[in-house]
Amino acid sequence: MSETTQTGPMLSADGVPLKTSLARALRRQKTRALLLIAPLLAFVIITFIIPIASMLFRSVENQIVSNTLPQTVAIVGDTTAQEASMDEMLFRVLYLDMYRAVEAKAHTRLGSRLNYEKSGISSLFRTSGRKLETVGEDFEDFFKDADSGMVKGPFWHELMQGEGGEDLLNDRLGLLTDLTSLEASGDLGFTLSGEAAALLPWAARAYADWALFTAIVDEKDVSTKKPWAGVYAALALDLADPATQSAVAAYGGSGAAELQAAVANIADMPATEFRAYFEDIDDKWVAPETWALLKVFGSQYTSGYFLNAVDMKLTPDGIEQRPDNERLYLKLFKRTLIMSMVITVSCIVLGYPVAWLLANLPMRSANVLMILVLLPFWTSLLVRTSAWKVLLQQQGVINDILVWLGFVADDSRLIMMNNSTGTIIAMTHILLPFMILPLYSVMKTIPPTYLRAAKSLGATNWTAFWRVYFPQSVPGIGAGSILVFILAIGYYITPEIVGGTDGVFISNRIAYHISSSLNWGLAAALGTILLAVVMLLYWLYDRIVGIDNVKLGG
Amino acid sequence: MFSMRAPGSACPRCRHTKKGGTVAKSSGGNAFVEFQHVQKSYDGEVLVVKDLNLSMPKGEFLTMLGPSGSGKTTCLMMLAGFETATHGEIMLDGQPINNIPPHKRGIGMVFQNYALFPHMTVAENLSFPLEVRKMGKSEREEKVKRALDMVQMGSFGGRRPAQLSGGQQQRVALARALVFQPELVLMDEPLGALDKQLREHMQFEITRLAHELGITTVYVTHDQTEALTMSDRVAVFNDGRIQQLAPPDELYERPQNSFVAQFIGENNTLTGVVKSIDGDKCVVKLDSGEEIDAVPVNVTKAGERTKVSIRPERVEFNKSRLQKGAHTLKAEVAEFIYMGDIFRFRLKVAGNDDFIVKTRNAPDAVRLTPGSEIEIGWLAEDCRALDA
Ligand SMILES: Nc1ncnc2c1ncn2[C@@H]1O[C@H](COP(=O)(O)OP(=O)(O)O)[C@@H](O)[C@H]1O
Ligand SMILES: [Mg+2]
Repeated sequence: MSETTQTGPMLSADGVPLKTSLARALRRQKTRALLLIAPLLAFVIITFIIPIASMLFRSVENQIVSNTLPQTVAIVGDTTAQEASMDEMLFRVLYLDMYRAVEAKAHTRLGSRLNYEKSGISSLFRTSGRKLETVGEDFEDFFKDADSGMVKGPFWHELMQGEGGEDLLNDRLGLLTDLTSLEASGDLGFTLSGEAAALLPWAARAYADWALFTAIVDEKDVSTKKPWAGVYAALALDLADPATQSAVAAYGGSGAAELQAAVANIADMPATEFRAYFEDIDDKWVAPETWALLKVFGSQYTSGYFLNAVDMKLTPDGIEQRPDNERLYLKLFKRTLIMSMVITVSCIVLGYPVAWLLANLPMRSANVLMILVLLPFWTSLLVRTSAWKVLLQQQGVINDILVWLGFVADDSRLIMMNNSTGTIIAMTHILLPFMILPLYSVMKTIPPTYLRAAKSLGATNWTAFWRVYFPQSVPGIGAGSILVFILAIGYYITPEIVGGTDGVFISNRIAYHISSSLNWGLAAALGTILLAVVMLLYWLYDRIVGIDNVKLGG
Repeated sequence: MFSMRAPGSACPRCRHTKKGGTVAKSSGGNAFVEFQHVQKSYDGEVLVVKDLNLSMPKGEFLTMLGPSGSGKTTCLMMLAGFETATHGEIMLDGQPINNIPPHKRGIGMVFQNYALFPHMTVAENLSFPLEVRKMGKSEREEKVKRALDMVQMGSFGGRRPAQLSGGQQQRVALARALVFQPELVLMDEPLGALDKQLREHMQFEITRLAHELGITTVYVTHDQTEALTMSDRVAVFNDGRIQQLAPPDELYERPQNSFVAQFIGENNTLTGVVKSIDGDKCVVKLDSGEEIDAVPVNVTKAGERTKVSIRPERVEFNKSRLQKGAHTLKAEVAEFIYMGDIFRFRLKVAGNDDFIVKTRNAPDAVRLTPGSEIEIGWLAEDCRALDA
């Protein structure tokens, strides 16, 4: 357009701006192209992009703490660990949160999660579950003595059923759905009375938790069943308050008689000191470190996994390096990178001459050679790696031959397996075709006349190769190296089989966290770092060599 | 089959004694390039080059002309050192070079697809042969500049080959082959990829440079016009042999065998049997029964079968211009084609329906109408009785 002297936009024959009609003409083509790739696109999105995105998300996601102990975490967040460990109110809230979590069997999961950050903490959660119920049962016994009607379902249902407590019920429903990821479906068969909620706030909350759990998770009828022992503990909390006692005296609704009977016997009620109960269960509960941990990891998102993945940790005092004996991942990353580079370089050194032969031999011999190059592709990876195991082990074929030839004494056989040597040898072999094929397809396009031209101009064979042929094959080296390096950096099976402990890669650790330790967050963080490193190297490569200089052929 | 020295002696009306003389001296000491009984086989079964003998004096522009697959490139590659002769000796300036590797031969080469190094600029391409000769930087730059100026590409030094047109690449390739001042330059169909106009221009440029610089040039082409217009001498290749080695005019006017006659220029052939030979004249009885006069070129005795060859522009229909008693043939005009500068007739003569005659569009030229019957004839020396 800039070349035309015409002012204003160029018009097509029918007066429509040329750009518009061009866009219209291209739109159909684009739509058709899009339709053609739609199945693959859908496949890729569903099976690749979404899982990867969710995996990446897992590396920072930390909702399990705030989902399991929502109200506790909220309080801890506003105070110091020291204060939290002394705060009676906090332990009351913790009691309700934990009770709900124990019923939903979520407390052990939380324990495992926190155990990643501080070992030993999972047992605290695991053993506390049953004991919380015992605390509630003491209160239940008291109410039973005061009026045996209070330990029956109908008493509670009549007390709590009513109108006006929808907001509170919805709040509690939110907590439950966060915890169990179950959705409330249809009629719960229960609505909370606003009056009861005002009169007995703790009990109303505990009862609502129970009722929702019973209706949604257990799918049982709420009106006839006796609630959890924990609900009695909550009721005790209410009745211990003198203000509530006088309100109960003035109360005239359903259950008034029973409540008043309980208040009359209030002197016999066990003390409502929940911090002390938790201290009895396990004195870790009142240790400030525990609360520091919950405070640090209470947020919805955490950098903890990433810090862990680079041998650091998040502590109440900030980020700090792990002690020497716990450091692992940086070393593994470094080893993975260095070994991948060594493998890439070995592949270049071994693959270049082969690719050159392939590109320059007469057709028939080249075909035979090509089959030899491709043969590994037609054999199972596991079989090939195991074959290397047979070759490399101390009583293996290579050592046997070396001993037989007298190069190595029988008592000093080479150790070529279960260390990095083994991994490098086996992986170089396995990844070699990925170097040879791009190299070959690039070399195939370099006409032999260039070499002849160089020689006719007076260059020796070596100069002709180095100054003329080699620079033109660099794009092939680039493509092969990227391929081999990226494949190597994420390799798993071969290091696992022949790598021993010194030859394993970061992927083996990722696999371990995914399938054995089940620490998916850490696995995701390690994977994310690996991805970032690859992208960074790719970017560097682009800056230094130029990605246009990568050719897979033609 | 035809030794290259044969034409000089067999030629009754040799107008090129000077050049013929050069050829005759070829086995002497002043040959710059010499092939002696060279044979080449790639697979051990077929001889691609069969007994090649050739010698070139310094400064000559020699063209190897021949159909595709006739062994021209193979000869060139043997000279350059990229192929080894299976048999025979190749000499350069009196030295056998069979055992000298290509990069020590100091022969400039222009390849068909130019073979400019794509990862180097034009100037770097030209600098390359100087660098490998360990020449200093300033000297290199000066030589590169001079070579580029020589092919009018002075301002293109910083470009990559891919940024040049075909003609420009061709010039750069030429400059690169010349920049290190070789005494011998080989070119393998260097103009094959150019369009007609550019090709004609470059033909002129190449010959001009070759003569100005006094270099010896071996030029390979399958285009006969190119060969005729550029060369001092042309070697016509077929089937792995030199069929004839001669200056262009001799090649055209006095082909030594029917292949050369057919391959170079337009040609009419008639087949028959030699009736009688009398010194440098003979009478041929055509298969149609008529008799014509001819020059015996490679027929030796009466009774031999022969193909007579006559160029379209040497056919005469004006009887008064023919020698007395010359044989004439009856002809029927089949077609008249007006081509501007010339007229072209297709005649039916002695059983040949494709007999072509050309006349210049001169003021007195006759325009024959198709269907008319005429008589044609020619000077005996223009009609050559060749091998059958
Ligand atoms: N590298 C080679 N290997 C085998 N045969 C070849 C090779 N190069 C050329 N030939 C054969 O030699 C013959 C002559 O080829 P060439 O010298 O290229 O002919 P020209 O250049 O005249 O077209 C052809 O029949 C060709 O097939
Ligand atoms: Mg050729």
